[in-house]
Amino acid sequence: MDFDIQTWISVAAFMGGALAMGLGAIGAAIGEGYTAAQANAAVSRNPGISGDILKSMLVGQAIAESASIFALVVAMILLFTSFTSQSYVTACVMLSSGLCMGFGAIGSGVGSGFPAGAACMGMARQPAMSGRLTTNMLIGSAVCQTPSIFALVTSFILLFTDFSARAVSPTWAAVLGAGFASGLGAVGSGLGGGLVAESGCKGIARQPLSATPVTNVMLLGQAVTQTTAIYGLLIGFILMFKSFPATDSIAPPMALLGAGLCMGIGAIGPGIGEGFTARSAVKWIARNEGATADLTRLMLVGQAVAESTGIYSLVIALILIFVA
Amino acid sequence: MAIEGADIVQAAAYLGAGLSMGLGAIGPGVGEGMAAAKACEAIGKNPREAGLLTRTMLVGQAVSESTGIYSLVVALLLLFVV
Repeated sequence: MDFDIQTWISVAAFMGGALAMGLGAIGAAIGEGYTAAQANAAVSRNPGISGDILKSMLVGQAIAESASIFALVVAMILLFTSFTSQSYVTACVMLSSGLCMGFGAIGSGVGSGFPAGAACMGMARQPAMSGRLTTNMLIGSAVCQTPSIFALVTSFILLFTDFSARAVSPTWAAVLGAGFASGLGAVGSGLGGGLVAESGCKGIARQPLSATPVTNVMLLGQAVTQTTAIYGLLIGFILMFKSFPATDSIAPPMALLGAGLCMGIGAIGPGIGEGFTARSAVKWIARNEGATADLTRLMLVGQAVAESTGIYSLVIALILIFVA
Repeated sequence: MAIEGADIVQAAAYLGAGLSMGLGAIGPGVGEGMAAAKACEAIGKNPREAGLLTRTMLVGQAVSESTGIYSLVVALLLLFVV
């Protein structure tokens, strides 16, 4: 059996679309389920404001849903656009685009569910703080969505850039690596950012007077959790836009694929770990506002140490791309 | 396209270096984050001991970092020595 290039491109596009939506559905569903569970607990605690809680649940779920809507858009493009090309690279591009968006939606979907659930629970505890809680939830969830937006950007650049003129041999691995770096790199940051935002909403409900330092430190902590997703995006961009010389050997493509996997997988742990740290710092600022300065300093020192393995991954990925 | 044995070995070393550092970064990242989270909790409960707690946290994180450094060393060995 001998298939032409166009057949392989269609096969890769359908596989990519299926993977994008299949993987992309995981996170949002878990996050929204968590939100609904917290909303039920909140209504049972304070049935008098069930309308407000329901509204807040739906808003929070809508934000969590956006990650999987990105995946749906990418899947639809992969299924219904006819890509014509005479290069096998295009087939890898289709697969990579789907994988990138699928993985990229997991963390943000789960993460955005956490602040929405905490906001529902917080409203039941402190109905007077509903407005502030909703604002905090919206800001926190928006930050959680950024890694999935990075994945969407990478996915779109892969889909709408013409890679067919490049040399097949290292470029196929470069585009796959770019998808892995940006997609897997988004998992930890999305999840970590969600943990911090959850703690921010809980803190405001517990101690309304410390709402300002809680929101400030929440945003600072979330910003640090996003850094590893940015490293993933950076490696993805380098892999997509650097032109690599043609080669017959198998080693250079594997170096590029290795760079993508290294940065993508290496970004997961620091993102989650930094989220744990900032969650705890925000939680204790709400309980003991006097220690805000000490807690912020310790949080940043702790996060910097947790970041180190993410930086090692970045270094190894850069060595694999530029030196190997 | 003839692929030689040495070429496959080199390819495996490159891919292995990436996987070594990538997978090896997960554990220390999560573990050090947990250590720092508990240190934040402790300072929240007892702010006067901030100096002692920061020192303890950093020592604990340094130990937890060691596996990340092993991964880095193995990745660098795969890239430049093997």
